[in-house]
Amino acid sequence: MNGAEAWAPGPPERTYLNARRGVVSWLTTRDHKRIGLMFLMGSLTALLIGGAMAMAIRLELLSPGPSVMDALTYNRFFTLHGVVMIFLFMVPAIPSVFGNFLLPIMLGAKDVAFPRLNLASFYLYLAGAALALWGMIHGGADTGWTFYAPYSTTTPTQVAPILLGVFTVGMSSIFTGLNFIVTIHTMRAPGLSWGRLPLFVWAVYGASIIQVLATPVLGLVLLLVAAEHTFGFGLFDPARGGDPLLMQHLFWFYSHPTVYIQVLPAMGVISEVVACFSRRPVFGYRMVAASSLGIALVGFFVWGHHMFIAGQSTFDSGVFGVLSMMVGVFTAIKVFNWVGTLYRGAVSFTTPFAYLMGFLYFLVFGGMTGVAVATVSLDVHWHDTYFVVAHFHFIMVGGVMMAFLAALHYWFPKMFGRRYPEGWGLVSAVLIILGFNATFVPQFLLGNLGMPRRYYQYPERFEALNVASSAGATLLAFGFLLILVYLLLSLRYGEKAGDNPWLSKGFEWNTRSPPPEHNFERMPIIEGAPHDYGAPPEVAHATR
Amino acid sequence: MSLLDQLLFLPERASTFAEQVDQLHYFVVLTTIVASTAVGVTALLLFVRFRQRTVGQQTVPVHPPIWLEALFVVVPLAFFLVWFGIGYRDYLLLSTPPKDAMDVYVMGKQWMWQFAYPDGPSSVEVLRVPKGRPVRLLLTSRDVIHSFYVSQFRIKQDALPGRYTQTWFTATRAGSFEVLCTEYCGVDHSIMRGEVLVLEPEEFDRWWQGQRRGLFARGDYPASREAEESSMVGQGRRLAMELGCLRCHSLDGTPHIGPSWKDLYGREEKLESGGRVKVDEAYLTRSMMDPLAEVVAGFKPVMPSFRGRVEPAQAAALVEFIKSLRSEPFAQELPRGER
Repeated sequence: MNGAEAWAPGPPERTYLNARRGVVSWLTTRDHKRIGLMFLMGSLTALLIGGAMAMAIRLELLSPGPSVMDALTYNRFFTLHGVVMIFLFMVPAIPSVFGNFLLPIMLGAKDVAFPRLNLASFYLYLAGAALALWGMIHGGADTGWTFYAPYSTTTPTQVAPILLGVFTVGMSSIFTGLNFIVTIHTMRAPGLSWGRLPLFVWAVYGASIIQVLATPVLGLVLLLVAAEHTFGFGLFDPARGGDPLLMQHLFWFYSHPTVYIQVLPAMGVISEVVACFSRRPVFGYRMVAASSLGIALVGFFVWGHHMFIAGQSTFDSGVFGVLSMMVGVFTAIKVFNWVGTLYRGAVSFTTPFAYLMGFLYFLVFGGMTGVAVATVSLDVHWHDTYFVVAHFHFIMVGGVMMAFLAALHYWFPKMFGRRYPEGWGLVSAVLIILGFNATFVPQFLLGNLGMPRRYYQYPERFEALNVASSAGATLLAFGFLLILVYLLLSLRYGEKAGDNPWLSKGFEWNTRSPPPEHNFERMPIIEGAPHDYGAPPEVAHATR
Repeated sequence: MSLLDQLLFLPERASTFAEQVDQLHYFVVLTTIVASTAVGVTALLLFVRFRQRTVGQQTVPVHPPIWLEALFVVVPLAFFLVWFGIGYRDYLLLSTPPKDAMDVYVMGKQWMWQFAYPDGPSSVEVLRVPKGRPVRLLLTSRDVIHSFYVSQFRIKQDALPGRYTQTWFTATRAGSFEVLCTEYCGVDHSIMRGEVLVLEPEEFDRWWQGQRRGLFARGDYPASREAEESSMVGQGRRLAMELGCLRCHSLDGTPHIGPSWKDLYGREEKLESGGRVKVDEAYLTRSMMDPLAEVVAGFKPVMPSFRGRVEPAQAAALVEFIKSLRSEPFAQELPRGER
């Protein structure tokens, strides 16, 4: 494309980072890039807390009997690990961080459609996170992140603050989704037709639709559980005419699609990364874009595959089972097209590309084990065992986390104008991919062997695999700490990146890195699809 | 144990269902391993073949032909549908207990399992069953949701408060098999264990007769009680009198204020609200707890709710009593699914 005339070089030192100074300028900013960065800090903090809890859990599971903590503490830890990781890290990680930062730039817009709502979204996230953390310190729920009634409505622990915290974070998620939908519809630059939208935008669009439509149901069910726990409503209590299965239906109506709120943007990141590092537009662009919407749509009608043995009818199980297979098909389309993108490309092996390779393998394995647990008769054995735990960690950590790390490395120069050390990047990527396998492959085997999840103590036949998993988790944790250290150092000491260190032709590279306060000095005009590497690289871009 | 079982850490197979379902298990798991490795290796090979030679190298645009895109859809879809088909067939089998199955009532409570035989003893934590005979489990819970799991049988079923769910198995090996709770149920969730003791049929019959005669005083129930009285049917009869059920429900087929209990179980009834319902364990329990929801056609909605007045074990006893009131040994199809 065309970027050379899209912006005119301004004074290089004026970027969104230093255009205004002082803490107040950050706290009251309406700049989508600054809000994205604040979300990044928030979600990385959540990742640290959730990760520390995961390590505590793995430590306890090193031996079959009680060791470092008591049963109640353990139960609180796995609950909070789930709540923090899913609602405070995974859901906002890619849409609210990278979506916020990049979406308007990719669209050639100055900002999102509703900048104030965007800031409100961040404060709601902060308030919800604070409420949930406060709830953890004062009591801490022991229900599991799924809050199944009637246990969640009768447990003596404090569930209400955490439920309200998650409810508030959900509001934040709705605001962000709404904002993105309107922005994509109304703020595209001249020439940017739907057929030219970057695949990251398509993916975030699909995720935003789910955020807006499904999150209200989560809010509803969380409020009802909180009300039942606090005031004794009888909605989910069979002794008073309620139905515990109703709670599960409502919960999974959101919480299954929420997986796609996390996975779709991750797939979007992968589409950008694979195009940039193989210097080819994504093979089968239309299919990849359409499958994002397909997943968003079908994702709404598969929730019952969490309830095959919960007491729903055999007919329901059949319908939910066969629809779940469709998600697998849409995902397979994407995977084949990503691999196809490498064909006749010019592939360079960088840190983001290393994470992409990890992502491909983990997504296929994790996705196909997802199809396996949607195969109704097999689920009977695997349901609520470590097989399911391993499956969703393959999708969440193996998929979303790999994409998050790829995004963090790919767009680090875009956000901060500096480079990270490539050698250390590759070392930590290898550490993380190996550590990930060592942590979660044993958990698949534990599931096969029949170890139920949420077990504080376990029969001795499960010990060896648990030790292996804990050892892998240690490796994984080292990988993350290494990344944290070199990225923080790179913020200050990293080599200056220039505007486009990857020579990428993604639209977000049409402006300087880091971008100026209003993204572009002049409105860009889009003349082609993104990632068109058929023309020689625009050196003006690359070397400025 | 085959090598494959050891590689996949699959527990031994000790039920007919386990034998059947593991074929699909192998198929799915092996395909998954092969496919994910193939994708990873293909990506690596493509990287090696097409790596970047000069910085900023140009590339030729390649667009996938339509047949290739179709292949991307059809191949995974075919695999997934075949798995689903086989899996759903097996699942239906698991949802349809054989007609001659022996019934056992299972009650989960924080944090133990209780087992009760309709016309025999009840026990805590140990379920004795004969090898080679189908056993149907009718599960409920006294407090929160639990889940009954025997990995060697490859079966699992949630036990919910206020309703009955079912599953079944035919054990193929004698021995002791651990029951684990797989639905998180509180502090001692991880040590809520039970045991299924599979006995050779003759051994089981001997034990059974001994229990019936009240000769064994394993502590499961007071030995002084008559076997008849301590059986669930006997308890149900006593309860029906104590609770006043018999003031409205006759035992001889005469309709009174409510439908007669004779030959009620297994019948299909028309409802006041239109529609039909199969009278099974689940319907009978619902009718005790929420009697006005599904009133049989021709009767007035006058029955009071026994919610809170009837414990799960008592409800099971009443159901068993109603089931015992049949003129012919029942040949009707047993309820399918859980509701």
